[in-house]
Amino acid sequence: MESKRITIWTVLKGLFLAFMVIITIYPFVYMIAVSLSDQLSVMRNEIILLPKGINLEAYKAVFREKRIFKAYENTIYYVVLGTAISMLVTTLGAYGLSKKDRLMFYKFFNIAIVITMFFGGGMIPKYLVVKGLGLLDKIWAVVLPSAISAWNVIVMRTFFTGFPEEVEQSGYIDGLNDLGVLYYLVLPNSGAILATMSLFNAVGHWNSFMEPFLYLTDTSKQPLQVILRSIVIQGSSLDNQVVSTDSVVVEEALKYATIIVSVIPIMSIYPFAQKYFMKGVMVGSLKG
Amino acid sequence: MINSKLNSIPVPSPRAGNKKSFLQRLNDSKYLLIMVMPMMIFFILFNYLPMYGISISFQQFSPFKGFADSPWVGLKHFRTFFEYQHAFRLIRNTFLLSFYSLIWGFPAPIIFALILNEVRNERAKKFVQTVTYMPHFISTVVIVSMITMFLSPSTGLLNKLIASLGYSKINFMQSAEWFRTIYISSGIWSGVGWGSIVYLAALSNIDPTLYASAMIDGANKLQRIIHISIPCIAPTIITLFILRTGNLMSVGFEKAFLLQGATTYETSDVIQTFVYRQGIRQGNMSYGTAIGLFNSAINLCFLVTSNFISKRVNETSLW
Repeated sequence: MESKRITIWTVLKGLFLAFMVIITIYPFVYMIAVSLSDQLSVMRNEIILLPKGINLEAYKAVFREKRIFKAYENTIYYVVLGTAISMLVTTLGAYGLSKKDRLMFYKFFNIAIVITMFFGGGMIPKYLVVKGLGLLDKIWAVVLPSAISAWNVIVMRTFFTGFPEEVEQSGYIDGLNDLGVLYYLVLPNSGAILATMSLFNAVGHWNSFMEPFLYLTDTSKQPLQVILRSIVIQGSSLDNQVVSTDSVVVEEALKYATIIVSVIPIMSIYPFAQKYFMKGVMVGSLKG
Repeated sequence: MINSKLNSIPVPSPRAGNKKSFLQRLNDSKYLLIMVMPMMIFFILFNYLPMYGISISFQQFSPFKGFADSPWVGLKHFRTFFEYQHAFRLIRNTFLLSFYSLIWGFPAPIIFALILNEVRNERAKKFVQTVTYMPHFISTVVIVSMITMFLSPSTGLLNKLIASLGYSKINFMQSAEWFRTIYISSGIWSGVGWGSIVYLAALSNIDPTLYASAMIDGANKLQRIIHISIPCIAPTIITLFILRTGNLMSVGFEKAFLLQGATTYETSDVIQTFVYRQGIRQGNMSYGTAIGLFNSAINLCFLVTSNFISKRVNETSLW
């Protein structure tokens, strides 16, 4: 068979895939290497692939920085709270919508939800609403406005619609109402979709920049993404750069360390969560 | 006993539903309504109230007077926008940024999927997939941070490379002519793997006997890709392409905002970032909303048109 022979095609294919893997991974390898290297090698531009003279000063400086520490705490808090609220409301709503024949005003709800996928108020009216509800500078401003998305609702509704009706019927016979059926029968059998949706939600909250940027002005409430922007993109210096006299930390290493610290959680759950992410795409590609 | 219990079961029978009275139906779906309610409240608060808020684009909105008492000014803000000297620049930048993203970014995942589909070693394939999907989960802020660092004229990796080759360093982030290249290439970097998933799924549905018979006819690898793989995933490609054209005027706020600087506005200033500066930074809420409305109106036109075409071409529609 031809697949056993090494042809030019095989070589090109291999090179192309290797190229794809390298350009994806290399930036991270480089950032880790610079942030871990001793400062002299960084200044001399000696770092290419591997760190030289392991040195954790940059990371120590990052963690001494109160702003980053606080932002980390905030982010974790927003992720947990935001994901919980969003999952609770989406699951309930999507399950209700999946009972197409029985839910009153089904058509109305459905249309009302689909419209939001194509038209919205835009940045400023939304800002005014958040402000009008008194949410500005409160945790709720980053947790509530983005909690529900029509897309997620439709994906979950599609899943619940496919749930075997006989199982639900048996619950009704045992005297459960819809809430009971959902809680005791449907949810225990929906682990995969719940995990997938929660993961997507959590990643979304972790990465969210615009909402906290627009709705939170109080620095002590800002999440990691906003702080990261002001440190790395805008280049505001860290407080203790001056303080740490014992060892000079090169700004470059410090910034890379800040970036690494803020992607570490995503990178470390990614290999394990990968199969759920994949499932998410497959579910998402079904038409609602 | 059992009978009475059975009667109280909310039987999801569509035929029975029509005969029941309003109150009976309400009673049957009361729990479902309770479940749907919180979600609908969210949609009303954060999607429909803002839509109502669009009315301020026809007002001279003042936060002190509120929605109800601010004076109406008709189309004043739209006129101001069209008379604004950089209005054309904003529209052009928004359109070109997504147009070039489409031209360069659209084929990338298709090519990637076609090549990945030829890999017979399942473990290698899985590995490449796992790695290339990863950037999809990296936040825009992190991506822009990385770009800023790598392109920095003093310490950036790319500029070190340029300098070591004997050329003079380029201040990428400050020069307008580089903005689109940076925006689009980083977009491809972060999206190529994830974008290939849908094509890989389509490719895996191709009947293997097609390839076998092509091999018997003496078709080589390239010929098989051109004459079997591509035609078989063509419907997917066309659908996604048409849907993408529906978004030609919607450039998101985040990435453009994070990447731009005042020196690059010539190419980097898009409608959404201008809306932010006008509405939030300078407090011209009505003006900002009007521009935003103008943008969503165009978006909607593009979307409806592309969807209409999509319906005609291959009977797929968003709604």
